[in-house]
Amino acid sequence: MQIEKMLEDAKKTKKILLMTHQIIGYPDFETNEKAIECFCQNGVDLIELQIPFSDPIADGPVFTKSNQTVLEKGIKVNECLHFVEKMTRKYPIPFLIMTYYNIVYQYGVEKFIDRCKEIGVQGTIVPDAPLDEARSYYDYSREQGLAAVSIATPYSDEERLQVIAAVGSGFIYYVPRKGVTGSKTSFASEVLGGIRKAKEVTGKMIAVGFGIQGADDVANLVGAADIAIIGSKIQQVIEAEGLNGLDRFLLSIARVNGGSQ
Amino acid sequence: MKQQINYLGQNGYFGAYGGRFVPEILIPAVDELNQAFQEILQDGEFFKQYYDLLMDFSGRPTPLTYAAGLSEYFGKAKIFIKREDLNHSGAHKVNNVLGQGLLMKKLGKTRVIAETGAGQHGVATAIMAAKMGFKATIYMGAEDAERQYANVFWMKQLGAEVVPVTSGTATLKDAINEALRDWAGNFDNTHYALGTACGPRPFPEMVTYFQSVISKEMKKQLKELCGKYPDRIYSCLGGGSNAMGAFVEFLQEPEVELIAVEAGGKGEASGKHASRIAYDKAKAGVSQGYKTLFLQDEDGQMLDTWSISAGLDYVGVSPILAHLADTGRVRVEAATDAEVIDAFQLIISKEGLIPALESTHAFAGLFREIADTKPDDIVVVNMSGRGDKDIFNIGEALQDEGWKTFVKERGKRYAD
Ligand SMILES: Cc1ncc(COP(=O)(O)O)c(C=O)c1O
Repeated sequence: MQIEKMLEDAKKTKKILLMTHQIIGYPDFETNEKAIECFCQNGVDLIELQIPFSDPIADGPVFTKSNQTVLEKGIKVNECLHFVEKMTRKYPIPFLIMTYYNIVYQYGVEKFIDRCKEIGVQGTIVPDAPLDEARSYYDYSREQGLAAVSIATPYSDEERLQVIAAVGSGFIYYVPRKGVTGSKTSFASEVLGGIRKAKEVTGKMIAVGFGIQGADDVANLVGAADIAIIGSKIQQVIEAEGLNGLDRFLLSIARVNGGSQ
Repeated sequence: MKQQINYLGQNGYFGAYGGRFVPEILIPAVDELNQAFQEILQDGEFFKQYYDLLMDFSGRPTPLTYAAGLSEYFGKAKIFIKREDLNHSGAHKVNNVLGQGLLMKKLGKTRVIAETGAGQHGVATAIMAAKMGFKATIYMGAEDAERQYANVFWMKQLGAEVVPVTSGTATLKDAINEALRDWAGNFDNTHYALGTACGPRPFPEMVTYFQSVISKEMKKQLKELCGKYPDRIYSCLGGGSNAMGAFVEFLQEPEVELIAVEAGGKGEASGKHASRIAYDKAKAGVSQGYKTLFLQDEDGQMLDTWSISAGLDYVGVSPILAHLADTGRVRVEAATDAEVIDAFQLIISKEGLIPALESTHAFAGLFREIADTKPDDIVVVNMSGRGDKDIFNIGEALQDEGWKTFVKERGKRYAD
């Protein structure tokens, strides 16, 4: 699989990789694009772009509101896909699309995956597509060489972890706590232990998202996770401090990898 | 008591609908609940305990009242009314909630969360929590909380925390989303008491199971009163819990016609309605943890809905009913707000009953087609709740001058 190879290679030079997340169209396409440029300049390794959905049940208040704001502007799925295509052509960094299952389902599962491939996307993350219910989505993605990232949690026992590893592809998205996106996660040793166990059982790259606030959290994950995912915090930084603030924020995180060669 | 539930679904699927499309973090919670539900299905003692509680606390069995006034007025079928309005709290919602309360005890949970549209399920949940000693948080669309403030008031008096939901369309579906988010964060000690036959497995089956007391009693009462099964049963259809409750024991009696009535709002052409099936406007989709027919745009974004009755104002529908409609076992109709107001006035004047606006949809569906019934036909309407809570909406719909003056005067008194 393409992305697995890319990640393995990238990981050779860094203590931990960084994936940033943005909601497409929020606050607008121009800001999205400038943020992406900023990600690329600051050593971000992967970019996750979310197609908004009217009922985003895995998202906390920050993202719920921005999903809705985008939809109120009348932005359509096709516009989002066009935007992603423009970005994949312009920036040489792996892009993933995150969205909810109904968006994929209405588009047509296979058609959606085909389109992702066509526009240069490396994979998809669909939090409400359970392994056992949305099997065709996982299977077809694998067939097409696209990552269909599966999700593990501290409540996944060994047996479930094995299914998560077998059905999904690319890497594993580890949600380190109960709840939805947004609020802070405390990365205590117990949490880190859970991440290590997931890695050991699955033998896959483990990305950790939900509640990462800054460099300290990322530094804390070094040695346990392979990829740190920053979502709501990125949006908050852009809203509060603009793109210059984003630049400073990313620089502070890049220091975690400083002198790691 | 013999448990007949298997025919309802296999692995939580009803034809193409059902399932449990929840984020991975909720999988252990839905698994735990499903396992507990499968256990109580096998446990006759649990059902007995449950029904005893309904009798002792809620006033079951509810009567099946012969509607002499309406029957004579139309001169067609004999109309019987199943009186779910006589439950404590004034609606069928309490049947389900008391069952889930007992299940919570079994699971050792101490906090309950719920969504509510009209407020009836919220009130029922708050009552259950007060009686059983649980903490309660009720999510309610901000728009609904405004329309049904009387119920918000009662929930608060009962000790529940009411959280108005402003995201999305600020109605029932958004309250469900918030409840699912809360559950994802708190399932260790918290049970999500979903109020209708929707949502991820096992909710559609479980809520149907607890509401099946309606048709179990109906069967017995009809035998005593009429010596036969009814020719037709009418229920309103929001999420589908009262309809499933009224239909489920008759699904295997093909001579009984089952009719569910959705909210036609301002009519099909207006686009302002909540009719998923009757107007044939919904498509299969996945949201709120399950697959069913949703009112949605071509991208799969859920649409805004409208009904004069908050309890029917929902974008999805029970996967069981979606399937029963597909197979033709249940016929689905829609009644408009205007038809509902007309029907309301007829019922109140001919029967001395004050039905909830939700329930009035079922009556409106019957009245529209009563001409094609015969005098020896037996028709049952499931009156899912009583209309006290709707006094503001009805007063406004009827443009009642006395009522308006009263509201104005009261408002003035609080203004300064
Ligand atoms: C009195 C009454 N009837 C019917 C309904 C509709 O729900 P369901 O279709 O689940 O019975 C409600 C919902 O709040 C209600 O309060």
